Amino acid sequence: MFDFGIVTNWIHTQLASVMSESLAIFLECVIIGVCLLLLYVVIAIIMIYMERKVCAAFQCRLGPTRVGPWGSIQVICDVFKMLTKEIITIRHSDRFLYNLAPYIVIIASVTAFACIPVSRGLEILDFNVGVLFFMAASSIGIIGILLAGWSSNSKFSLIGAMRSGAQMISYELSVGLSILTIVVLTDTMQFSEIVMRQADGWFIFKGHIPAVIAFIIYLIAGNAEVNRGPFDLPEAESELTAGYHTEYSGMHFGLFYVAEFVNLFIISSVAATIFLGGWMPLHIPGLDGFNAVMDAIPGFIWFFAKAFFIVWLLMWIKWTFPRLRIDQILTLEWKYLVPIGLVNLLLMVIVVVFKLHF
Amino acid sequence: MDNKIDIKARIAAIDPAAVWSDAGDGMFRIPVSSFRETAEMLRKEAGFDFLRSLTGMDWGEEGLGCVYHLENTSTGGTITVSTADKDRENAALPSVQDLWKGANFNEREAYDFFGIKFIGHPDLRRLFLRDDWKGHPLRKDYDMALNPLNMKNEVSDDDAPSYEMTPDGSYILKRHPLFEEEEYVINIGPQHPATHGVLRFQVSLEGETIKKIDAHCGYIHRGIEKLCESSTYPQTLGFTDRLDYLGAMQNRHALCMCIEKAMGLEVSERIQYIRTIMDELQRIDSHLLFTSCLAQDMGALEVFFLGFRDREKVLDILEETTGGRLIQTYNTIGGVQADIHPDFVRKVKEFISYMRPKLKEYHEIFTGNVIARERLIGTGKLSREDAISFGATGGTGRASGWACDVRKRHPYAMYGKVDFEEIVLGNGDCFDRYMVRMKEIEQSMNIIAQLIDNIPEGEYQMKVKPLIKLPEGSWYSAVEGSRGEFGVFIESRGDRYPYRVKFRSTGLPLVSCVDTIARNVKIADLIAIGGTLDYVIPDIDR
Repeated sequence: MFDFGIVTNWIHTQLASVMSESLAIFLECVIIGVCLLLLYVVIAIIMIYMERKVCAAFQCRLGPTRVGPWGSIQVICDVFKMLTKEIITIRHSDRFLYNLAPYIVIIASVTAFACIPVSRGLEILDFNVGVLFFMAASSIGIIGILLAGWSSNSKFSLIGAMRSGAQMISYELSVGLSILTIVVLTDTMQFSEIVMRQADGWFIFKGHIPAVIAFIIYLIAGNAEVNRGPFDLPEAESELTAGYHTEYSGMHFGLFYVAEFVNLFIISSVAATIFLGGWMPLHIPGLDGFNAVMDAIPGFIWFFAKAFFIVWLLMWIKWTFPRLRIDQILTLEWKYLVPIGLVNLLLMVIVVVFKLHF
Repeated sequence: MDNKIDIKARIAAIDPAAVWSDAGDGMFRIPVSSFRETAEMLRKEAGFDFLRSLTGMDWGEEGLGCVYHLENTSTGGTITVSTADKDRENAALPSVQDLWKGANFNEREAYDFFGIKFIGHPDLRRLFLRDDWKGHPLRKDYDMALNPLNMKNEVSDDDAPSYEMTPDGSYILKRHPLFEEEEYVINIGPQHPATHGVLRFQVSLEGETIKKIDAHCGYIHRGIEKLCESSTYPQTLGFTDRLDYLGAMQNRHALCMCIEKAMGLEVSERIQYIRTIMDELQRIDSHLLFTSCLAQDMGALEVFFLGFRDREKVLDILEETTGGRLIQTYNTIGGVQADIHPDFVRKVKEFISYMRPKLKEYHEIFTGNVIARERLIGTGKLSREDAISFGATGGTGRASGWACDVRKRHPYAMYGKVDFEEIVLGNGDCFDRYMVRMKEIEQSMNIIAQLIDNIPEGEYQMKVKPLIKLPEGSWYSAVEGSRGEFGVFIESRGDRYPYRVKFRSTGLPLVSCVDTIARNVKIADLIAIGGTLDYVIPDIDR
């Protein structure tokens, strides 16, 4: 498996040889920041294109076909359209908070995005409490959504924001519990370390029953966490027109839109990282020849393949299932997922203590 | 007609001045002084619990009044009564909205169009026109110049007026606020994805729970009944397609039937067959769209497209024969516009064999879905009594256990001769309203399958004089539209133009019962209720 750490170290030594150490680190930070934002935008564009194609397939349609081969340039055109649109300010809105809200959402999303290890040596934020940091960073987005709903001076927005506040804070618990289950299995909270421990089998296989339960809970809760159908109440278009971003236009709306899609990718890639081995190829202990073949495929391909597989799974659910009602959402979380998650955590502890895992 | 004679005696016992007039279908004319008492007798003792239609009328010299079409749902007996107040300036009738809940909106409509004050009505606002409209347009003495094009925004009243009569014969106007100061009121509509058109609900919320709903109609009111009064009979046909555009065939069928009844014209069997098949195709089309829209409102976008995929096939068949997809313009007085397309029979048969297995797909994806069931079962219950009282016919009434299918109650065209089941379920919740429609698609296909091979030879258009005049009198005929009883009431003075045409809207009773159904449910349930009630706004507003 190719280690990108070699490349980054080489760049660092080259830079350090022509300038002072601190300047080199500063320069690297700037480059990484730019690369991160570029990757963020590229992922957003791919996700939006994928969404349109996948949903079209489920709905017996073709999706975009006109602009570029198979309509591939369509999303880029839409981005430019969005950029040229006027940002309308609402009368009697809280101007400062109204303009701030989309940036809080996007900052939370970018920060969480930076935690994800894409390949060996390609981690941006990677330290010993990485999982905790990821959870904290992704939670900040709720503040942006609540601010958006509050400051737009619209009743529809406010209801949408209150719904999403109740929903996201509740489902944070289940996401946390299911990740914690895996942390119990690995005894580390560092993402790169979690991936390395899966070299001899992904956690979904190693942790068998409790890991599978945790995986399912994570998918449900993660889907709710990013406000995607069947949990898309905060923006339920047939009820609240567009929920918390009803009053936003132009790129401010675009930021919400992009953040929503990348958040879906983030949730999926975290699922891929902690349950399906991240960039780690599929290894079956004992079959060395097979493992060698799998190793020949670069890590980032493994990572993206797994992440997009889960994205596809969640899109499938979104476009097929009807929407839940607010009380049903909260019932599902507090009466089913949280108790199951807690029991499952206990089960994992037993499995680990008695070494029942592979 | 023993029943009628009996009723006649009972009405005469209350007020000997009540007379039976024989012109057309015939009706009892009851003096306004004893009308309330008669109405109470009809409702409580004679068991006429279903107000089919309430028509405001301007009889000129005889004053302003209303025609009430009543039906006894247990015996199936019908009766038509009317009353009028001679005082044109201050016409006042006793309200019957406490006897038949459906009268609430209809009396508001009559007030709006004729200026009749209904004593005892709690909320006598205009229903369709703007609050600042001058005059009452369907009165014969209405001056068109009163209301020039108004470029100002409408300010709608926040309080509801009601009139009470004092012992000395004058009126007291009282105003009641619609909503309290501290209530959290949001507007759902007029521009809202889930109202399926320009309908506006003012919803008072407590958290997510709905406390009260006030429906505002009239955003797409085109004055079709007024237009009909200045059109010749063949010209009136064009309007019906624009009422309920998902029941274009059936609406026009009802109007043609009513005019043919007045002319005493029997249409040939071929025409009856074609009309019946077309009505059922239209019903399948409408019910498929219903399923699609319900699924879309609830967020299941896949089912939405399945419905549209299959509906397209129906529209293709209709298009070949009628040339239209939404606006069919097919029935004419004494026949149909054009003979069926040579491929019609084959394509209809192909469609039926295609559609039967496809229905399973809907049940697999949507009906059986755990979220859909959780959302629909038990929400938005409408009791049988309320359904009858409101006159909520169609799938809504049948889901509440009321066998209200006009095809069975008063068979017309070929419906008396074909074998089909009237789907009646009992729970009255959203899920039953959905299932009624799904099962009716199957029944419609059964009806078509029985008829399609046996369409008799014959003419598709009877010989009709180019100038159609109806004799004096009034007629009412009804068909089972896609979403309930669609009735047409025509009063003629022997002219080329109708004196008054009233369309019994299928959607108005459905909207009037929203407030009853949707109290203390969540916003999301209101969307499901609106979706399953299946109203079409142009049909409500006319």
